[in-house]
Amino acid sequence: MALKQTPSQTVGPYFSYGLTPEQYGYDYKQLADNNLGEADGNGQRITIRGQVFDGNGATVRDAVLELWQADSQGRYAHPEDPRGSNTGFKGFGRTGTGTLPENYYEFHTIKPGAIGDGQAPHITVVLFMRGLLNHAYTRIYFSDEAAANDADPGLALVDAARRNTLIAQRQENPAGIIYQFDIHMQGEQETVFFDA
Amino acid sequence: MSKGFVFSPRDWDSHPPQIHPGYKSTPLRGPTKPLVVLPQTLSELTGPVYGQDAVGPLDHDLTKLAAKGGEPNGERIIVAGLVSDENGRPAPNILLEVWQPNAAGRYIHTDDQHDAPIDPNFMGAGRCVTDADGRYRFITIKPGAYPWGNHYNAWRPNHIHFSLFGPSILTRLVTQMYFPGDPLLELDPIFQGVPAASRHLLVSKLSIELSEAEWALGYEFNIVLRGRAATPMES
Ligand SMILES: [Fe+3]
Repeated sequence: MALKQTPSQTVGPYFSYGLTPEQYGYDYKQLADNNLGEADGNGQRITIRGQVFDGNGATVRDAVLELWQADSQGRYAHPEDPRGSNTGFKGFGRTGTGTLPENYYEFHTIKPGAIGDGQAPHITVVLFMRGLLNHAYTRIYFSDEAAANDADPGLALVDAARRNTLIAQRQENPAGIIYQFDIHMQGEQETVFFDA
Repeated sequence: MSKGFVFSPRDWDSHPPQIHPGYKSTPLRGPTKPLVVLPQTLSELTGPVYGQDAVGPLDHDLTKLAAKGGEPNGERIIVAGLVSDENGRPAPNILLEVWQPNAAGRYIHTDDQHDAPIDPNFMGAGRCVTDADGRYRFITIKPGAYPWGNHYNAWRPNHIHFSLFGPSILTRLVTQMYFPGDPLLELDPIFQGVPAASRHLLVSKLSIELSEAEWALGYEFNIVLRGRAATPMES
């Protein structure tokens, strides 16, 4: 390689008006929000919610999460996906943990389809926060996809005892389908973070 | 469904460690277990696409974007540079987002309680997209230093926060740009958390070529993202 990669730096505590201005009440249009699903009318509408915990078990109120996912048919809205997406679904969402009670984050999206290469349905999560020097990648898998999860090559790379940290738990309630996905930065339940 | 190429890995000789105790927020927030290395599937080789249509006409000019009928206070500067990959290939059509404090070192973020004035004509957030040659350009105000609670008399050096997407989710980068000759750099645990040999990559250069006479000094800040690996992957 001829050039060195520009080093990562923490997003710091003051990202909100730069990355998520509307969510935090600033007068600047934001690029993406926590509502991804509307453009994919065929998709199953779901909510993904949870909290981010630090090494003391305290909830983090200055994290920002990004989702990257395929549409309900397992297609990515990106030129490298030869099938493309046949809906207006963009597949990208972003939200901070500083505006809901108890520092919850919440995304309203559709359940992604399997992309057709043997992987179970999943969503890529990119996580930033003050005190995190490099963004962390993790994946959300779904508790109602047990057979697909058992066959997933990515999950197979993870210690069996830690796989549960990657599985969002499905709950059906009057408001709809909710998947609970907490992220633990450290400790017994430390979430599996990926590199690729 | 592999695409016949892969991105070279994150260069851990260039990026900071997961935990750098001198920066007191990291010991409870950085992952402690090794990262699990995934193969690069379609999920990794794709990523959000935001082009010129995501950017408003004034988004690159932070001195005008949020102005309420006046000029912001402070030193007007031009910040510009090349976004490329590790192989030196320019990265066109890449979205950059920036945010920073004002000239007095105050962020408009409500959590920022630093006793320095808010500037009614300056917000400090902006965006732009690299052109066909991989170049970007912002007009802004030189950010001030600000105190933070990390240690006694801790002050952050002048800096601008940058966020970039690049061609895939793997090229995502959030970083900070610093200014040449800043004496606070050697005291700053966030900057010092970067391996010594790579710190200079975060320091912009004063550029007379980018400067505009009688108007603004220019600082050049080039950004290098992960590139395609030399050896294509078997498909
Ligand atoms: Fe800052």
